[in-house]
Amino acid sequence: MSGALSLENVTKRFGNTTAVDGISLELKEGEFVALLGASGCGKSTTLRLFAGLETATEGQVMLKGKDVTQASASARNIALMFQSYALYPHLTVQQNIAMPLKLRRLNALQRLPGAGMVSSRARAQDAEIKLAVAQMADMLRLEELLHRKPGQLSGGQQQRVALARALVRDPSAFLLDEPLSNLDTQLRAETREEIRALHKRTGYPFLLVTHDQSDALSMADRIAVMIAGKVVQTGSPTEIFNKPASQEIATFIGHHRMNILPAGAGQSLHSDGSKLALGVRPEELSLVQKGGLQATVESITFHGEETILKLRGPSDVILRSVVRGRANLPDIGENVRLGAAVESLHAFSDDGQRKEITQ
Amino acid sequence: MSRRWITDLVLVGPAAIALILFIFLPVCIVFVLAFTDYQFGARTADFVGLENFSDLFGSRIGRKAITNTLIYAGIVIPTSVGLGLLVAVGLHSLSKTLPRISNALKAIYFLPVAATLVAMAVSWQMLMHPSLGLLNHWAVALGFSPVQWLSDRDTVIYSLAMIGVWQSVGYNMVLFLAGLSAIPETLYDASEVDGAESGWSRFWLVTWPMLGPTTLFVMIVTAATAFRVFETVATMTQGGPAFASDTIVYALYREGFVYFKAGYASAITVVFFLALLLLTVIQLVLVERRVHYR
Repeated sequence: MSGALSLENVTKRFGNTTAVDGISLELKEGEFVALLGASGCGKSTTLRLFAGLETATEGQVMLKGKDVTQASASARNIALMFQSYALYPHLTVQQNIAMPLKLRRLNALQRLPGAGMVSSRARAQDAEIKLAVAQMADMLRLEELLHRKPGQLSGGQQQRVALARALVRDPSAFLLDEPLSNLDTQLRAETREEIRALHKRTGYPFLLVTHDQSDALSMADRIAVMIAGKVVQTGSPTEIFNKPASQEIATFIGHHRMNILPAGAGQSLHSDGSKLALGVRPEELSLVQKGGLQATVESITFHGEETILKLRGPSDVILRSVVRGRANLPDIGENVRLGAAVESLHAFSDDGQRKEITQ
Repeated sequence: MSRRWITDLVLVGPAAIALILFIFLPVCIVFVLAFTDYQFGARTADFVGLENFSDLFGSRIGRKAITNTLIYAGIVIPTSVGLGLLVAVGLHSLSKTLPRISNALKAIYFLPVAATLVAMAVSWQMLMHPSLGLLNHWAVALGFSPVQWLSDRDTVIYSLAMIGVWQSVGYNMVLFLAGLSAIPETLYDASEVDGAESGWSRFWLVTWPMLGPTTLFVMIVTAATAFRVFETVATMTQGGPAFASDTIVYALYREGFVYFKAGYASAITVVFFLALLLLTVIQLVLVERRVHYR
């Protein structure tokens, strides 16, 4: 592998529990990768392994072709934005952003207050650091806030400070731990775009760790789906969404959970349904006059742009169908017929693996 | 709604009355007595103005008690706060690798706090005995000359200070341990990622500033106990030899309860009270603003 940063067959155990199980994951130069998984699947540990906050039990961490498995976090020079932002509460915004540069460029003596008055080297460095902080603050619209303490900032402002602190030192890669989870819906959408734009502008390899599939789908060039300590699929967002490699991934990805018809139940939808489990997304399962699937409407939930029908299908399978707009809705208890295009069907074998459907 | 104030009053009332009767009133009486020559049991007392105060600050014995107390506090406060922090940081990181040993050590350090100081003073008296004591035994074994721990005028106050430090390190350690466990782990992660490679630089960047409020509290508590030093003086030296270990509270006890000079004892109390009040206010005003990050 030749990426900027990669894990090669990395395993991490804590005592008897295996948090990360033989993962290989590559982050190429200038790439935006999302590591997607439910909480507790080991994605945070993977991030910490990349950053150097945890040392791999087995396997190697490579940074630009060098083995950095045993290297410390600061030696790797990987920037990390924490979910809680982890700003130093006793320092001003200016001091927070300057800290990575101070720790790298000045020794302990030169970091003392007033060192600039004695040493001209410290003074020169100080001026450079001030300039770098000012540029960063300008890029992230923080000029007005430089003299405030983190406690006086809103969540969104704190996040921009955390971004600035991470990026100020020209890192070899940038890892983001659940960057959007503390923000409200409005700010979330804005921040998504902002992070995308930041990635374009800086060109650093970005790794986004998230449990939110829509964050991953909308921001990343490539997604790695993680389940129970393993990377189960890597691919572009469209690949992951349209061709999920297993039933587990299929039901995890998507705003509405994919309907699964166990083997036998979906026969009327497609002939492959006799031996394989069939999956169809609620958006793709629609009410059609000549649909093959019979079902009874159990409940109807209005969500504004869309209405979700909960239905009971063959073999008592619960199905959901999303109806967009003002289509004519059936009544509760009514028998309806459902249909889906062949292209929108997914088939899974007994062990949950994807099978290509016969067209 | 109209009944609320009755409930409030019932809840607050008894404690408030007890406080007024048993604390505020006596304090007021002490303030008045401080300006008289009242003796316990006497039927009358004369107003003597500031005479009691000039006695305290003017006499050799009074000044000795004040300087001794200042020396004692000057040693005990920084040493026991520093050692308490050191021990707490050590045990806190030890608890991640060897939790059992860490817990055992915590109990050992806390033992002096839980033990009765008067009883412990007996043990210290044995340890510091000039010819039989373990301390001199070791001193000789290490090639030093034996020390007259409690009977040498130039040494006795330092010996007492040593016991004072021994007694308060455990308490300070417990407070610092609580403070340490409240520091978010991610701040250490952040400092590591930011390039604070050594434990030392992480201590200065995260631990020390985050412990600010704890340190302030520990300082105030330690100062209050250090200035009030009494038990060890009363049980081990009675202020001797020749007032070399006399302290303010011990002098107050002697004047008030041995010589029954209530007026003079009150004056000492007033000075002591005002000094402690001033100290606390200074600490709060100077440090408070710098330790709470708003």
